[in-house]
Amino acid sequence: MYNYSEFDEAFVRARVAQFSHQVARRIDGSLSEDEFRPLRLMNGLYLQLHAYMLRVAIPYGTLNPNQMRQLAHIAETYDKGYGHFTTRQNIQFNWPKLSDVPAILSALADVGMHAIQTSGNCVRNVTADHFAGAAADEIEDPRPVAELLRQWSTDHPEFQFLPRKFKIAITGAPNDRAVTRAHDIGLRMVRNAAGEPGFEVIVGGGLGRTPMVGMTVREFLPKADLLPYVEAVLSVYNTLGRRDNKYKARIKITLHETGKEEITRQIEARFEELRPLFGGNDQKLLAEIEAAFAPPAFRNAPVDAYDAFHKADPVFRAWADTNLAAHRNDQYAIVTISLKAHGATPGDASADQMRLIADLAEKYGHSQLRISHEQNVILPHVHKGDLPAVHAALVQAGLGTANVGLISDIIACPGMDYCALATARSIPVAQQIATRFDELKLEHDIGPLKIKISGCINACGHHHVGHIGILGLDRAGVENYQITLGGDGSETAVIGEKTGPGFAYDEIVPAIERIIAAYLEHREAPEETFLEAYRRLGLAPFKAALYPAEGKRDAA
Amino acid sequence: MARFTPKVVTANALIEGDVVYLTADGRWSRHHHEAELLDDEAHAQLRLLHGMSQRNVVVGAYLADAKAGPNGPEPTHFREVFRTRGPSNYAHGKQVELN
Repeated sequence: MYNYSEFDEAFVRARVAQFSHQVARRIDGSLSEDEFRPLRLMNGLYLQLHAYMLRVAIPYGTLNPNQMRQLAHIAETYDKGYGHFTTRQNIQFNWPKLSDVPAILSALADVGMHAIQTSGNCVRNVTADHFAGAAADEIEDPRPVAELLRQWSTDHPEFQFLPRKFKIAITGAPNDRAVTRAHDIGLRMVRNAAGEPGFEVIVGGGLGRTPMVGMTVREFLPKADLLPYVEAVLSVYNTLGRRDNKYKARIKITLHETGKEEITRQIEARFEELRPLFGGNDQKLLAEIEAAFAPPAFRNAPVDAYDAFHKADPVFRAWADTNLAAHRNDQYAIVTISLKAHGATPGDASADQMRLIADLAEKYGHSQLRISHEQNVILPHVHKGDLPAVHAALVQAGLGTANVGLISDIIACPGMDYCALATARSIPVAQQIATRFDELKLEHDIGPLKIKISGCINACGHHHVGHIGILGLDRAGVENYQITLGGDGSETAVIGEKTGPGFAYDEIVPAIERIIAAYLEHREAPEETFLEAYRRLGLAPFKAALYPAEGKRDAA
Repeated sequence: MARFTPKVVTANALIEGDVVYLTADGRWSRHHHEAELLDDEAHAQLRLLHGMSQRNVVVGAYLADAKAGPNGPEPTHFREVFRTRGPSNYAHGKQVELN
C-alpha cells in the first residue's frame, strides 16, 4: 500500500503542530468557540451529545496492521477501549478529551494517518470498493486513482470552501460495492470498445433530505483524463453551487437546477481548459502511486485443508458460505470479518479485537486490511488453506459471526446515542432486530437482505438504499421510525419507497418481522431474494402486512 | 405567542465535552436535578446569557425544556433524557460515572 512521502509526513506533522496550538489557545481562552469551531472541524473534531468525537480518515478504507494497532492503542489510552467504523470507511472515537486530541493526532501521524478533511465543506475521504485489489470481478484496482485524488484534494486551495461537503466514491468492478451512484461524484471503471480501462463518471448522487441517484455525465472517460475531469466537475460546482441555502448546496441540487445537458457542457468546456495545464504530471505521479499498490506475492499451495473443513465442520461452512467472497486468485478468498455479532453495536471493535485482526492480517493476510462502508473489516487476501485457522481465531475473539449480507448485517449510524444531529436512536434498533432474528433462527433462510438505519434525515446510515430502510425521527417529542422498501445501493441503484406512517420505538421490530413474514409467504422460491420479490410484487403485500388495521378499515 | 414552558440552561464542558447544567448559585453541575429551573422567560434569557458568557468553561449553552420533579428539575424531551444518562448501547457516560 501507499506509504507517506516526505511531503505527506511534513504536511501532516505541520498540521498537528498547528492544531495543537489552536487547542492550547482555545483552552487558555484566547480563542472563542466561534473562532475555534471551524478549526476543530477542519481537523475532524466534533462536539457531540455526551462528549467530543474525533473522526479519523481511513483513505479508501485501506489500513495496514500497524495502523490498526495504533487505533487500538488510541482507543485504549484516550477513549473507552473501542472505536466505531463508519459508513464512510472512517473510524470515530466517541470519548476523547479536548486536551488529549493533540496527542491522539500525533499518534496517528506516527503511522501515516490523520483526521484532516473529515468534516467541513471540502472533498472528504475518498471511498472505494472494500474488495479493491482482490475482487475476482475487478477490471483494475481503483485505489491508485483514489490515492491520487486524496493527494490532489488534500488542502487543495481552490476547494477548501466549497458550497457544501463533497464525497467521491470509486470502484474498479462492474458490481458496485461502493454505492457510487449515491455520491457527489461516483467513478465506475469500465472498458471501452478497444478494451481499454476508463471511467463512467456519475455526478449528483446523494442521500440526505433529498435522495437522488446520480446521473452519468460521461459514459467513458479515459483513465489518463481522470484528474482534470474531476477538477472540472469541482470547478463548475464551486462556481454554480448555491451558498445561500445549506439545503440546496450539494451538487445534486446544482445539477437539477442547471440541467444535465448544460452542466455537462460546462464541465466539458472547463475540462478542455484544464487538461493541458496538468502537463502529464498527474500521470507521472499516478505511475509512482501504482507501484505502491502492486499485488502481494501470492502463495501457491494446496487448498485441501479448506475443502476438508468445509465438508466436515458445519460452523465453518456457514461462515465460509456467507463471509467469503471470490478472489482473483482462485487459491485465495476475501474474508469479511463481521462487526455485527448479534446484539452488538454495528461497526464497533474493541482494542483487543483490533489487535487480533491486525495479527491475523500479518500472519495470514499479506498485511492488508480494509474497512467496508457496511461497517465490517476485510482481510482481502487469505489463502484458502489458512481459512480454518483464521476462522478459529475469529470465533475466539467474538468475531466469527456468519452473517455478512444477511438480515443482522445491519448498517446503523450512531444515532441519538452519540450524535448531536440525530432525531432518534439507531443502534438499539439494530441490536434488537439482530437479536430477534437470531432467536427466530431465520436469517439464513431469509437470505440476502440489507437493512440500513439512520437516526436522522441526513442519512449517514444509507437508509434510502437499504432493501429495508429505517429512518428515526422525532414526532411530537417521541421517537418514530419510518420504513422504506426496495432501496438498492448497487449498480442498479434505487431510492426506497416509503411505506406509510412510522412506527414507535417499541413497534419497529415487530413491524420488520411482519415485512419478513410477508416476504417468506410471497416469495416464489427460497432463491428469490427479498429485493427480487419486492421488485416483482411491489409495495402492496408488504403494506398490507405492515398496516393490517388499515386493510380492515378499507374492507369495512 | 406560545406560553413559556420551564427551562434549564445546559451546555457541554469545554475539556471533557460532558453535559452540564447551570445551577442557581452559578455553578455548572453534571446533575440535571441540580439545575436552576427557570419559570420566567426574561430570567431564563438572562441566565442563558450568563451561561454563554462562560466561554472558557462550557460550549454551546442553550435552554432545554424541563419540569419540576421530587428531586429537582427533570428533562421532558427524550433527547435531554439521553443527555442525563449517556448512550444506550454501553454503560458509559453519566449513567455510570455519577453513581
